[in-house]
Amino acid sequence: MTATALPLPERAPSAGFDATRLIFYAFALLLCALIVAPMSWLIYYAFVDRTGAFTLSNFAALVTDQSFSDPLITTLILSVSTSAICCAVAAPMGWLVARTDMPGAMLVRYLVTASFVTPPFLGAIAWELLAAPNSGLLNQFYRYVTGAEADAHAVNIYTFPGLVFVIACYTFPYVFVLVANALDRIPGDLEDASSILGSRTWNTARRITVPLALPALLAGALVAFLQAMTLFGSPAILAIPAGYHTMTTKIWSLFQYPPKAELAAAASLPLLILTVLLLRAERRILGRRGYSVVGGKSGQPRLVRLGNLKWPALALCCFVLLNPIILPYGALLNAALSPVASQFVTLKTATLHNIYFVFYELSATKLAVQNTVILGVLTATIGTVLAVVISYLTTREAVRGHRVLNFLATAPVAIPGIVLGVGLFLTYTQPPFVLYGTLWILLIAFITISLPAAYQQLQSAFRSVHPELEDASRILGATRLKALRQITAPLLRTSVIATWCFIFVGTIRELSAAVMLFTSETKVVSVLIFDLNESGDLAAISVLGIMMLTITFAVVIAVNRIPGFGSVRLRNA
Amino acid sequence: MRTTISRRELLAGSGALALTTYASPIRAAAPEPSTITPALIEAAKKEGKVVFYTSIDLPLAEKIAKSFEAKFPGIAVRVERSGAERIFQRIGQEYASKIYAVDCANSSDAAHFVAWKRDGILAPYLPEDVAKFYPADHKDPDGMFASFRTWVSIIAYNSSLVKAEDAPKSFADLLDPKWAGKIVKAHPGYSGTIMTATYQMARDLGWEYFEKLAKQRIMQVQSSADPPKKLALGERAVMADGNEYNIFQLKESGQPVEPVYATEGSPLIVGPNGIFKNAPNPNAARLFQNYCFTPECQQLIVDVGGLRSIHPQVKDKPGRKPWKEVKTMKDDPAAVEKMGEEIKARYSKIFKV
Repeated sequence: MTATALPLPERAPSAGFDATRLIFYAFALLLCALIVAPMSWLIYYAFVDRTGAFTLSNFAALVTDQSFSDPLITTLILSVSTSAICCAVAAPMGWLVARTDMPGAMLVRYLVTASFVTPPFLGAIAWELLAAPNSGLLNQFYRYVTGAEADAHAVNIYTFPGLVFVIACYTFPYVFVLVANALDRIPGDLEDASSILGSRTWNTARRITVPLALPALLAGALVAFLQAMTLFGSPAILAIPAGYHTMTTKIWSLFQYPPKAELAAAASLPLLILTVLLLRAERRILGRRGYSVVGGKSGQPRLVRLGNLKWPALALCCFVLLNPIILPYGALLNAALSPVASQFVTLKTATLHNIYFVFYELSATKLAVQNTVILGVLTATIGTVLAVVISYLTTREAVRGHRVLNFLATAPVAIPGIVLGVGLFLTYTQPPFVLYGTLWILLIAFITISLPAAYQQLQSAFRSVHPELEDASRILGATRLKALRQITAPLLRTSVIATWCFIFVGTIRELSAAVMLFTSETKVVSVLIFDLNESGDLAAISVLGIMMLTITFAVVIAVNRIPGFGSVRLRNA
Repeated sequence: MRTTISRRELLAGSGALALTTYASPIRAAAPEPSTITPALIEAAKKEGKVVFYTSIDLPLAEKIAKSFEAKFPGIAVRVERSGAERIFQRIGQEYASKIYAVDCANSSDAAHFVAWKRDGILAPYLPEDVAKFYPADHKDPDGMFASFRTWVSIIAYNSSLVKAEDAPKSFADLLDPKWAGKIVKAHPGYSGTIMTATYQMARDLGWEYFEKLAKQRIMQVQSSADPPKKLALGERAVMADGNEYNIFQLKESGQPVEPVYATEGSPLIVGPNGIFKNAPNPNAARLFQNYCFTPECQQLIVDVGGLRSIHPQVKDKPGRKPWKEVKTMKDDPAAVEKMGEEIKARYSKIFKV
């Protein structure tokens, strides 16, 4: 994920007092508190029993107890299948969009972005509305068309393949972005060379383009694997009704009464270790990709002419995008306006009752929306400031030990949300820092979760601004901070705003950590939706979900209006 | 860890658990009956809000809240709704972290009040209606809680998917292979209603019953309010358990659902209300607790909610099976209190989640 650093001129250590040093220590300390504290408690609890004595029995339970080994196996199969499907779907789509003259490529990119920002748990609930075996809209339609019996169904979402499908719907954008991004960057002259030497278009694609994009595809496969493995909402919504657990839902269930924190901690460790290992593998793969395309930004990518196939290609892309976007959004809208969520709404039956209920009768709405907005704004603001400062310190190599900062700011990538939730819960429900029950604990969780992506975005932004501009300012007598404020900051404005919005959108949809950490006073919209799902209030969920999507898209569209960001977001997402 | 040591475990050694319904080992004088006075209303208005933790189905809980707000303008009710077992966990967790957010709680697992009372976190308060009209087995002798609502967990079916003559008549009927894949069922780890029902059914029918039921490929939902909703959606044909009151609400609004009172008897659920010693809005809590037992509120939960009331002035709604004719199993909160963990563990083992 991190690009290789540009060589920077060696600099003599500045003489005299430099505030940078102080800031460095402050930030290093802060990051340690954010990450090291919860992970240490997590590991500590995994190795103790209720009395606090050392034990390995928690791990013994993981291995021997079938109620742990089953979810672990399920999770692995789930992650592998999701990853495979995502690659099979996203790679051809990425190629069509980036390297062919397929019409509507921009539209496809926009719709993929839309699937990317759709909260996966909302998608899972929408798919319940669509593909529950009996009441699902698609199955009703199927019976209506075929005249099949009342029990017959075309699709059943409460199955293992159903879960894989729904997770893949909201995971494939990760693979798509990586692949399309790599294909965008493959220099045209390599392909030109191939053509000049007599290869035909398809042959060039097969022998040049595909091998160059392969590392990105592998990296995408790993990211998809990780997403599927660490997701909480979708399995909680679709697997539990069908009578099985995944690791995340199992960990969560260990916090139900009577809570078994030690077991939850122990069960979190395999997820943590697997994530770390896979991320290392990903970095190695992406590192290789860096070599393969280095130095070749000269030619525009050559577009493959699809000829008669270009409309079928677009149709195929649209068919794929029906699943994450068009059908689920339709189902949510239908449920929001229908008196019974499983009935197709007509002009005659349409009702505003559900909307009225959510905004005027449901007393939890106001507080949840308020908490969500406060947390979204604070997380985005603090996260952006952190990311700006850290990426400045690391890209400009302003202080010795900047690599530590780089590591700390990237490390949370390896912590699945639910694991971070367990760690923070263990850390902040006991003295000296009892933050449980306040928005602070959620703020810490959300900042930690969003930091790595924000940091990576801003790091590449900083790299694009040459240090000589700052150097000029400093030669003229400005301090480091003044140079930063007067020269670098204005140049980075667009990236900073984009990062802010990116964090905001990610925060308001976060569920897996929030579900471990909320109290009645600190409930957020995602948790409220999850609550409503457990009592089967699908109409209220649809209204809240549409509200959430509206806010998300308002922010995304606002960001897309900032010049140059439309493409940036897809590249760095 | 400190904050999550099971209360039941801690107190398991203290004995004194051989109780009958609501009987208490600590017998203090019951508090004086309290009426709603202008002074109480004034004090409650100063607090301005009351926080009600409950497992009542959300739309009904909000209706109760709105009726209170209409009667006492200036006091907002915030409903915190979840499954009773979640509510119990939440209050335990919040109190362990010294977070006192709850004013008044209503649980569909009466055993929770046995535990809360023993932990000493409830405040004594005896609404006038409870003192005057409620029989001894529906109020705590020390005035800590009283039965706000009663109902049964029942079988029901979707009448457009199942003909009346084909519908199950008993719990045993649900084991017929023809219902495989067609049953929806709620979870005792989430729902107090189902926790209570699971205890009574395991006692009367044996755990073998659940082992056989698990082979029917049931759809496992969480809340006891959800199976009725899944029936109304047409998602499943039959529910193995769930709230009678949701079935009434849905049926009376024209949905194709029919209740079935199992020949073995339907599990009896009692949902007490109580207020907490550390309530952040103590006066509003008292006012709300008092209001909950007035004939006005009790008639509301019957008429609109489909619940059953202990208050003798409240009338059954015509068209529903009269409460006297419902054959119920016997409830036993003290036993549920003792066996709760075991029931959850055993259930999870049988049904895999």
